Amino acid sequence: MDFATLLQIADSTIRLGTPLLLACLAGLFSERAGIFDIGLEGKMLIAAFFSAAVAFVTGSVWVGLLAGILSSVLLSALHGLASITFRGNQLISGVAINFLAAGMTVLIAQDWFRQGGRTPSLSGGARFEPITLPFATELIDVPVFGPIYHDVISGHTILVYLAFLAVPATWWVLYRTRFGLRLRAVGENPAAVDTAGVSVVGMRYAAVGICGLLCGIAGAYLATALQAGFVKDMSAGRGYIALAALIFSKWRPWYALFATMLFGFLQALALRPDLIERATSIRVQVQLLDALPYILTVIILAGFVGKAIPPRAGGEPYVKER
Amino acid sequence: MDRMPAWADVVLIPLISLLLAAILSALVILAIGENPVEAFALMWNGTVMKSSGWGYMLYYATNFIFTGLAVSVAFHARLFNIGGEGQATLGGLGVALACLYIPWPHWSLAIIGSCIGAAAFGAAWAFLPAILQAKRGSHIVITTIMFNFIAAALLNYLLVGVMKPVGSMDTATAKFPEPTHLPTFRDMFSTAETIMFRGAPANVTFFVALLACLAVWLLLWRTRLGYEIRAQGFSESGARYAGISPTWIIVVTMLISGGLAGMMAVNTTQGEAERLILNMTEGAGFIGIAVALMGRNHPFGVLLAALLFGFLYQGGAVLALWTSIPRELIVVIQALVILFTGALDNMVRIPLERVFMAMRKREA
Repeated sequence: MDFATLLQIADSTIRLGTPLLLACLAGLFSERAGIFDIGLEGKMLIAAFFSAAVAFVTGSVWVGLLAGILSSVLLSALHGLASITFRGNQLISGVAINFLAAGMTVLIAQDWFRQGGRTPSLSGGARFEPITLPFATELIDVPVFGPIYHDVISGHTILVYLAFLAVPATWWVLYRTRFGLRLRAVGENPAAVDTAGVSVVGMRYAAVGICGLLCGIAGAYLATALQAGFVKDMSAGRGYIALAALIFSKWRPWYALFATMLFGFLQALALRPDLIERATSIRVQVQLLDALPYILTVIILAGFVGKAIPPRAGGEPYVKER
Repeated sequence: MDRMPAWADVVLIPLISLLLAAILSALVILAIGENPVEAFALMWNGTVMKSSGWGYMLYYATNFIFTGLAVSVAFHARLFNIGGEGQATLGGLGVALACLYIPWPHWSLAIIGSCIGAAAFGAAWAFLPAILQAKRGSHIVITTIMFNFIAAALLNYLLVGVMKPVGSMDTATAKFPEPTHLPTFRDMFSTAETIMFRGAPANVTFFVALLACLAVWLLLWRTRLGYEIRAQGFSESGARYAGISPTWIIVVTMLISGGLAGMMAVNTTQGEAERLILNMTEGAGFIGIAVALMGRNHPFGVLLAALLFGFLYQGGAVLALWTSIPRELIVVIQALVILFTGALDNMVRIPLERVFMAMRKREA
């Protein structure tokens, strides 16, 4: 494999890893607060649709992004209503949200655009355009660093940089602020937080809300940056891969970055199976690459490579003692 | 003292949830500019009023009975088997191997073989998540989701390569040999004068599904193992104190659940397609969740809920054919049913309990 293809693979790793990263951080906030969320997929999907649809109608990708975030946060609120207020089963609620998004997006898309459940293609201001970082073109002749800077680091949409900034931001919020301490405590021992006079319900709603926000950005990235428009089921299981990455990263922000980029790398390789064949002269099945994130997660879950311990109060509705 | 009579828990709550889901679905239909009353009339006429409609409805219901029972059995041990999709996919592989590589003389023998193959492969696919839950504490919901995707990749690999006949362009196995073809309802119920169930895929597997309902009822309420499964679901610490091994119950329950999900493939693969195709489950593994919730985890409830979803599925196809309402409407209805009967159960239950408490106070 020569240097140029290596750069290409690195570039598409970042492209494909970004939605996983955003969704994974979304799940991290929710699950750290004790609310399991298998509805990441559905929230991404609905945000992808509404961001594309609104961006197409208004011609502004930023209005689209807001609409996408709003729709995702609404689904989050539904999840909160079911799992926090009514103390329902969080997993069942997540399943319902995934189906609701899968059905509603196609239904509304067909009603609004009549193109078989997709939005028209986006162009111009209705899409996020790649940004060329300062000096990227000037530095391209610098050996090694120049091409890496120009081809891999520069030239992404703003949402990619936002996603990478979200990693230290998440770390800071969780481990260096009072809000983060309380959020983590609510996921480990809600009774203690309650005793300290902090509202468990309020903290959990806040966490679920942040989850909705990040899923909204992830979905908008899919439809307005990675691709130009919404197509049916375009999240294509990414919400579940993000969930796998969350377990793989043991519910930690920096590990989440590595896990999602690893899974993004596997997706990038699955698009170019010829490269591996040329590099290693072994024919690797594409299906194996597709399944690898899931297989790795099961191995991690089995506790053979380190142990993934979820937040202790995860999945348990909190009932105040009388 | 119970807050509510038993009948209210079994009948009233599901009915109210269903009503809420129906009202919201009607609003959705209104919002996309169609008439919900006309839509329902179309669905009714296209399914219940025609024998071919029944044929489709019962065909879908057969799938949902199997996957619904699978989810129910696991729910009784307080396990959430969300992997019905993957287990059914592997069940399809079991059916294909049984039908393609064993020379069956007659369909009645072939269906026994394919049922065993389907159940064995489905159960095998549930075994690893079960043992990981029991021994290593890995959350079964996450592992079964992962196994759904692994199953899809595995089947994709097999159908693109190893099991595809030479020279074929379809991602499917070869056609199953003639003696394995199952009799359809048309073969069974048509007379010389009137042809019933024309073109419909319902087949003899429906009766296997009914037998499965009975078997699950017997298992859960008439055997020692069923008692242990329910005890474990009621209180794991209590069951452990009574000498019931949680590991054993988790593994056995998941094997039964996976086997039931796998048997769905007999209907779709041997009964309808007569070869193994990609994505033959068509989401039925997930509908099993809605069916189990709606049917209150009781085999008879599962049967009724499966018929309801069979009606919705066929009705949805009719709507997609005659109106501008896409088939995805059914996915929305399914989501609403899961939401109201599962996640928002307390929203219906708590006010209803208050009503019953108030009535009781007045009587006293």
